[in-house]
Amino acid sequence: MPVLWLVLIILGIAAVGYVLGRSRALASAGGDSRRLHSLPGYYGANAALKSIVPAAVVMVVWLLAQPLYVTSVVSDMIPETSIAEGSSLGLVMSEVRRTAEGLDNAVGLGLMTEDFARNARADLGDITQRLRDAGQIVTSEVTQPIMRAAQQFRVMNATGNLLMTGVVLVLAVVGMLWGMRESGAQFRARNVVESGILALLVAAASIAILTTLGIVLSLVFNTWEFFKLYPAADFFFGLEWSPSFSGRGGSSELGIVPLLWGTFYISIVALAVAIPIGLFSAIYLSEYASPRVRAFAKPMLEVLAGIPTIVYGLFALLTVGPMLMRVFGDDGLGWMQSGTAVMTAGLVMGVMLIPFVSSLSDDIINAVPQALRDGSYGLGATQSETIRQVVLPAALPGIVGAILLAASRAIGETMIVVLGAGAAARLSMNPFEAMTTVTAKIVSQLTGDSDFASPEALVAFALGMTLFVLTLGLNVLALYIVRKYREQYE
Amino acid sequence: MTDASLNSVPAAPRSRSLHTVDERTRKRNAAEKRFRVYGVTAILIGIVFLAVLAVSIVRSGMPAFSRMVVEIDFVLTQEQFDEAEAQLMKTSAYQAYFNAALQESLNAAGVSAPFDEAAVERILGKTGGILREFYRENPDRLGQPVSFELPASSRVDGYYKGRVTRDTIVDSRFLMKSDLDIVDAMHDAGILKRGFNWTFIQGTDSGVDNPGGAGIGASVIGSFFMMIVVLVLSLPIGVAASIYLEEFAPQNRFTDLIEVNISNLAAVPSIVFGILGLAVFIQFMHLPQSAPLVGGLVLTLMTLPTIIIATRASLKAVPPSIRDAALGVGASRMQAVFHHVLPLAMPGILTGTIIGLAQALGETAPLLLIGMVGYVAREYPDSLVAGFTEANSAMPAQIYTWAARADVGFYEKAWGGIIILLMFLLTMNIIAIILRRRYERRW
Repeated sequence: MPVLWLVLIILGIAAVGYVLGRSRALASAGGDSRRLHSLPGYYGANAALKSIVPAAVVMVVWLLAQPLYVTSVVSDMIPETSIAEGSSLGLVMSEVRRTAEGLDNAVGLGLMTEDFARNARADLGDITQRLRDAGQIVTSEVTQPIMRAAQQFRVMNATGNLLMTGVVLVLAVVGMLWGMRESGAQFRARNVVESGILALLVAAASIAILTTLGIVLSLVFNTWEFFKLYPAADFFFGLEWSPSFSGRGGSSELGIVPLLWGTFYISIVALAVAIPIGLFSAIYLSEYASPRVRAFAKPMLEVLAGIPTIVYGLFALLTVGPMLMRVFGDDGLGWMQSGTAVMTAGLVMGVMLIPFVSSLSDDIINAVPQALRDGSYGLGATQSETIRQVVLPAALPGIVGAILLAASRAIGETMIVVLGAGAAARLSMNPFEAMTTVTAKIVSQLTGDSDFASPEALVAFALGMTLFVLTLGLNVLALYIVRKYREQYE
Repeated sequence: MTDASLNSVPAAPRSRSLHTVDERTRKRNAAEKRFRVYGVTAILIGIVFLAVLAVSIVRSGMPAFSRMVVEIDFVLTQEQFDEAEAQLMKTSAYQAYFNAALQESLNAAGVSAPFDEAAVERILGKTGGILREFYRENPDRLGQPVSFELPASSRVDGYYKGRVTRDTIVDSRFLMKSDLDIVDAMHDAGILKRGFNWTFIQGTDSGVDNPGGAGIGASVIGSFFMMIVVLVLSLPIGVAASIYLEEFAPQNRFTDLIEVNISNLAAVPSIVFGILGLAVFIQFMHLPQSAPLVGGLVLTLMTLPTIIIATRASLKAVPPSIRDAALGVGASRMQAVFHHVLPLAMPGILTGTIIGLAQALGETAPLLLIGMVGYVAREYPDSLVAGFTEANSAMPAQIYTWAARADVGFYEKAWGGIIILLMFLLTMNIIAIILRRRYERRW
C-alpha cells in the first residue's frame, strides 16, 4: 500500500478517535460539559494524538530502517566473485535496485505475473527477455546472482511493506481505543494533551540539531571513505587538481590548494569591492542621510541581497564577462583570454555582498551611543573627524564581524563562480585568468554521477567538509566578536 | 611667583578673527566634504549596479517572450485533402500545398524572391505534418480559409533579434545565407512577423539544438510542487520550534545548543545543504533523484532558520500583558500561547514565511546536487503524486541548464526565465510588504 494512503487512513482513524473520545467523555458526564475536568475537545484530541503519534513514529523509523536491513541482507547474497574488476558492491547494488524496479514495472504493465517475477527458478534468459519486452532497460551486467538478488530484494520489500502497514494500522487503532478508554469525567485530558503538544514542540525544535548532525555525519562518513582511497596529505597539500574521468583512482591528482587559492582570490576581489562601497554607504546612511534619502536608498541596496544568486551568475557570464573582455581582452589590453575569470566572478560577487556589509554595519554604527558623538563635537571635531576617530573605532569589532560574515558568504557562494569563474584549477596571480573554487568543483564532481564509490566523486565530500569547517569557523568568530562588542554598550 | 613667570610668556595673539577661515579649517572642511562625497559615491555605485542589472535583465530577456511567426491564410479543399491522403508521402503532399500558398501570397504582396522549397523547410521546419494533423482533427474546416501561425526557426528568430547578421551567418543545415533573401521577402510582404511566444510560457524544455522550442512551463510546475513541500513542512515545524524556544524553553544547555545550531544553520553555505540532501535523501533513503519532493525537503531545511528567526521576532513583539491577561482568566500556558499570542503574531509569521519561501524559490546550488540539472524536463507531470515524486526541473535549475548550453539562442531563454523568476519573487515580496503594512500592530 502506498505510504500516502497509509497516512490518510491513520488521519481518518485519528478523526474517528477525536469524535468518539469527545462524545464518550461527554456521555460519562451525562452530557454536561461543566462536570468534565477538561473541555470536551481535549478528550477527543487525546484519543487523536494517541492514535497518530505512535503510529507515525513507528512508520518513519520503519521506513528508514527497512532499506538498510534489506540492503544488508541482499548484499550478503551477492558472492565476491560476481563483483567485476573495477566495480564495487555499491555499483552492483544499484544494478540490483534497477532490476527490481524493472520487475515492478513489468508486473505493473501486466507483462509478467507476480508469481513469475518472484519465481527463483525462472530462467535468466526468459526473465530478461520479458523485461526487455516491457521496455525496461536491461544491461548485460544483469547476471544470475544479480537477478536472484533483485528477486529477493523485491520479496523482502513487499513483505516489509505489508508488515509495516499491519503494525502501523494496529498501533493506530490500539492508540485510539486506549484514548477512548481513558475518556471519563475524572480524566485530566488537558494536562495529558498539553504535555503531548509540548513534546511535539521540543521535537520540532530538535530538527535544527538533527540537520546539523545530518550535515556533519554525511560529510564525515564520505570524507572518511575518500581518505581511505586517497591519502589525506596529498589532498590537503597537493598543488595540482586534475581528476581523471575514465579510470578509477590512480591517475587523478586531487590537491585542494589550487581550489582554495581560487576561492580566496575571488573572495578577496569581492571583498575589495564590497567593503569600501558597503562601509561608506553604511556611514552615509547612518550619519549623513536625511530620512527621505535613507528611506529610498536603504531598501534599494537591500534589493541586491534579495536577488537570487543564479541571476548574478548569469549577469557575470553574459554581461560582465563580455564587458571586461572588451576592455582587458585581446582587443583592449590583452590581459584576458576569456570572459570567465577571477575578476568577473569577484566583481559580481562584490556587488552581491554590498548589502551584507552595509546593512550590518549600519545597525552597528547606529548602536554607537550618541553621547560619544556629542563629546567629540563638543571638543570641536567635524562630523567626518568624529566618524573616523570616534564612531568607527567604537564600532570596529562589529564591523569586523560583518566583514567576516560577508567573507563566509563569499567563500560559500556557488552559482556566481560556477558560471563566472571558469573551470580550470590554476595557481596564478593574474586576476584576469580563469580559476575555480571549492564550491564550483563540488558541483562539477557530483552532478550527473550516481555512483559515489570513486575517489573522483567522494572528493566532493572532502571539499564540502573543508568548506563547512571554514565557513563555520568564520561565522563563529564573527558572532563571537559581535557578541563581545554588544556587551560593551548595552 | 609662578603667576608672574607664566604671565611673562606673551600669549601668541590670534592673527585673524573667527569669521575668516584659516588654512587648517579650510583643510578640515575640505576633508569633511570629501568624506561626504565618498559616501554618496558608494551609494550611487550600488544603485547604478542595481540599475545596470535591471536593464541588462530586461534588455536581454524581453526577446524570449517574442518570436517570429509566419502567418498565412490557407484554404484546403476536400478534393485536395483526399488526394493528399491517398498518396504515399502524405506530409510532403501537404507541404507542397503549403508552399504553393506561400508562393502565392508572396506574389500577391508583389515581392519577388527566388522561391526555394528547401529554404522554406529550413525556415519553417516540416509544415506538412502540422497541416495534416490540423485537418485530420478538424475535417469541418476543409474548404474554409484558415489562418495558420507557424513559428520560424530559431536562426531566423536570431536574425531579427540581431544574434546573426548577414555577415556573421555560417551556412549550416539550420539556415543558409541565401535563405535570408526569402526571409526578408516574407518579412516585407508582412507574412513573417513578430508574435508573442506562448511556447516559452507554456512549453517544456527542448533538446540542445532547438532553443526555439524551449519553454519554462514544466519547471514552473516543478518549482510550484517544491514550494508546496517547503510550505507544508517548514511553516508548522518552524512555528512549533519558535513557540518552544520563545515561550516554554527553560534556560539550559539543551536550549543553548538548539539556539547555536539555528544561528549556524542560517549561515551554512547552500551547497552544503545540497550535499546533505544528496547523502541523506538520495544515497541513504533512496528517494527519487531530481524529484521536487527531494528538492522541497532540502529547501525546507534551508528555510527553517529564516522562518524560526522571523517567527521568534514576532512572538517576542506580542506584549507580555496579553499572556498575563489570558493566564489571569484561567487559561493554561499552552492555551494562552495558542489562543492569544499566536494569532496576534500571525501576520509577522506569514511575512517571514513568504520571504523564506521567496529565498527558497531562487535557490539553485542545492538543486544542482540532487540532480535537477542533468534532467531535461520534457513533460508535465501527469498526476498530483507524480508531480512530487517524478523527476522534474525547477525554475532556477532550468535557467542554469540553459545558461550552460552551447547554443547562444538559449541565453535569451535563460534571461527570459530570470524575468519570470523575478516576477514571482517580486509578487511574493509585495504580498509580504502588504501583509506587514496592513496587519502590523504597534503595541
